[in-house]
Amino acid sequence: MSGTDKNVPAEQTPGTPGAPGNPGAPSIPGATGTPGATGAAGKPTAPSAQGNADKPGKPEKESSASQVVREIMSGSAMISVLAVVVALVIGGILIAITDTRVTTAFGYFFGDPMATLKAIWASISEAYGALWRGATYDPGARTWQGRLGIFETLTFATPLILSGLSVTLAFRVGLFNIGAKGQIILGATFAGVVGFMIELPPGIHLLAVMVAGAIGGALWGGIAGFLKAKTGAHEVIVTIMLNYIAVSLVLYLLKNQLRDPSSSNPISPRMHETAMFPLLLGPNYRLHAGLIVAILAVIVVSWLLNRSTLGFEYRAIGANPRAARTAGMLVSRGYITVMLISGALAGLAGVTQLAGTEKILDADIAGSIGFDAITVALLGRSKPWGTFFAAILFGAFKAGGTSMAINANVSIDIVAVVQSLIVLFIAAPPLIRSIFRIKEARSEGVSA
Amino acid sequence: MLLSTAKTFKRGALVGTIALSATALLLTGCGEAPPAAGESSSQNPAAANFLGCIVSDSGGFDDQSFNQSSYEGLKSAEKDLGIKLKEAQSSTTADFAPNLATMASAGCNLTVTVGFLLAEATGTAAKANPDLHYAIIDDNSIKADNVKPIVYDTAQAAFMAGYVAASVSKTGKVGTFGGINIPTVTIFMDGFAQGVDYYNTKQGKDVKLLGWDAKSQQGSFANTFEIIQEGTKTTNNLIAEGADVIMPVAGPLGKGAGDAILAANKTGKDVKLVWVDSDGFLTAPTYKEILLTSVIKTMGEAVEAVVKEDLDGKFDATPYIGTLENGGVALAPFHDLDASVTADTKTQLEEIKKSIVDGSIKVESAASPK
Repeated sequence: MSGTDKNVPAEQTPGTPGAPGNPGAPSIPGATGTPGATGAAGKPTAPSAQGNADKPGKPEKESSASQVVREIMSGSAMISVLAVVVALVIGGILIAITDTRVTTAFGYFFGDPMATLKAIWASISEAYGALWRGATYDPGARTWQGRLGIFETLTFATPLILSGLSVTLAFRVGLFNIGAKGQIILGATFAGVVGFMIELPPGIHLLAVMVAGAIGGALWGGIAGFLKAKTGAHEVIVTIMLNYIAVSLVLYLLKNQLRDPSSSNPISPRMHETAMFPLLLGPNYRLHAGLIVAILAVIVVSWLLNRSTLGFEYRAIGANPRAARTAGMLVSRGYITVMLISGALAGLAGVTQLAGTEKILDADIAGSIGFDAITVALLGRSKPWGTFFAAILFGAFKAGGTSMAINANVSIDIVAVVQSLIVLFIAAPPLIRSIFRIKEARSEGVSA
Repeated sequence: MLLSTAKTFKRGALVGTIALSATALLLTGCGEAPPAAGESSSQNPAAANFLGCIVSDSGGFDDQSFNQSSYEGLKSAEKDLGIKLKEAQSSTTADFAPNLATMASAGCNLTVTVGFLLAEATGTAAKANPDLHYAIIDDNSIKADNVKPIVYDTAQAAFMAGYVAASVSKTGKVGTFGGINIPTVTIFMDGFAQGVDYYNTKQGKDVKLLGWDAKSQQGSFANTFEIIQEGTKTTNNLIAEGADVIMPVAGPLGKGAGDAILAANKTGKDVKLVWVDSDGFLTAPTYKEILLTSVIKTMGEAVEAVVKEDLDGKFDATPYIGTLENGGVALAPFHDLDASVTADTKTQLEEIKKSIVDGSIKVESAASPK
């Protein structure tokens, strides 16, 4: 215990925006540590998007509805929404000025000013219209799959929910898990080995695939957690490096042990049908049962963080590791276990990719999910349900982005720009506040 | 730099500059409005309703390689035949299925997918949309009535490149390297190797090939199609080993190889480059002073031909195999380096081409389309 104490870096004030910890005065209600006690303090309905609302200093009478409104108006949720709005506005400007119709019309702006405005309107409304229709409902599409883009949105959201939760959970303990990518890859690799190399009866096979994927991710996350706890190695560096190792490792395996013998390319054989998530809406849609796993994971993580003893410990460590240690908590154990769970969640995200949509393992299985997960967690304010909705928004960007690129002929890079701007604005809340003249929330930092 | 410039400006000067640039900006808006004319459409209505679509692999349509050639083929079909066009670039393999699904829901009559990586997704999409047509470049694995494979027996043209490379080599060593050890890459290297061998047998020389062993199918690979610097590194190694004609078969890494050769030639060496896929003289003019020739796959023409067939209602699933005979593969002209190839070699190349076409020279590669 004392050995681990000195190894933990002294400055552990979490800089994560989602967990604006207030060091000095740990908001730990009732040192008894029984989560039930916090639940009594006027907690809103079940797992709300705003997370737990235990504010020891506040009068207990405040109704849950007004509490929610106050949090949205004053706190982080509003900033998230406004960040998305501002990012979309700037994206719209970019769409307009890169459209040749607009630049052509601007050439005779004084001859016919309305033409420019019309062109701008046409450009933006076509692009965002296609984005919206692609992500939700498009009556004009030829196929059923194209008509109900909402299911494609949910399909894209599934791995983002799980990997976003992975980042969220680590955030809350004050760890910045950049390694979702590597954990997804390892999860998918482990899942793949079980999925295409072993034959098992239906049901059991899928379960085994999920367990294997979770173990793979947990292993990769656990390495970072272990090194952090035992040597103080910074998790950002370690997880980034582990990402590179994961990519090279899977590529090596795909060229040798895991390669599809009938193919000369570095790809695995197909997953057995029994190892695949069942499709929820028939063969016309890619939506699969992985979404249910993801929703269950949100509920579990929400419970873990807000209601369990372990979650209480996590939040305490995240708020102030030194205070937590003084209170008798095993900080090093917290780091290791949280990275194991966090890695397992990312591993499951890899499983939903492989056993949900991709069917074949390749070195690119993680795509941009690992890094999108960080944005999703930021946008979701490191709250499980916040992450859930942020993931659905990003799923919509993905589904709609494809439609926008193809049907409105706007580069899909605009979507990446919008996503990046969201991060920028969330990382700089004062910017959003000054744009919209929002007063700084008085209660900032109290909500854990 | 910018900051210090800004600092030296007086506030007034800055305002003046802004005012000036604003005026300039406004003046650009003084053009004449065009008359509100109706759409003039002299195209045939069948073509105007025909939607030709293309989905790239992760290389994107500006890869100066097969994505770009295929895209340009569809572009010229748009221009020449008057069809409509939709395009989608994929950045990861996970983008393939959604891109193809969106193409299907947009009602694309013919969707061209570029690269064997899209084989799985194309097969699935073709099965789900039996009424739509697909054409896939560089893959011959899908067996479906609505999928036309477009493949190339590149080894034939690479054979000629190997022969001419061996003939111009002064060090007696020529080199090649690939992006990744995959059939569409090694087919170039196999042909090149056999061309070098053929030169040695015919002329009684002993030109060595570095970077590829056709027997063991192993050689020098950068293991990437994206990191251009890897091409520079691998080329530097080949030059250091003495190769003075180098054929990179690695898409954009060809640029890295070109940079390495330009740098080496500044230090007194005389190394030449063999481009692949397109005529590098046209697509990568930076390197024209070192460009000996190119092994061309005429993907653009093939794509346009398939579009035309489909438009005329003559679509079929028989693979299109590009050969020297049908012009699907070819050796590019020597352009600026024409003088370095002897007239004898040129006539021999003509004979080789004839022999390959009539089958008296057999160019064999494990990767050749059957």
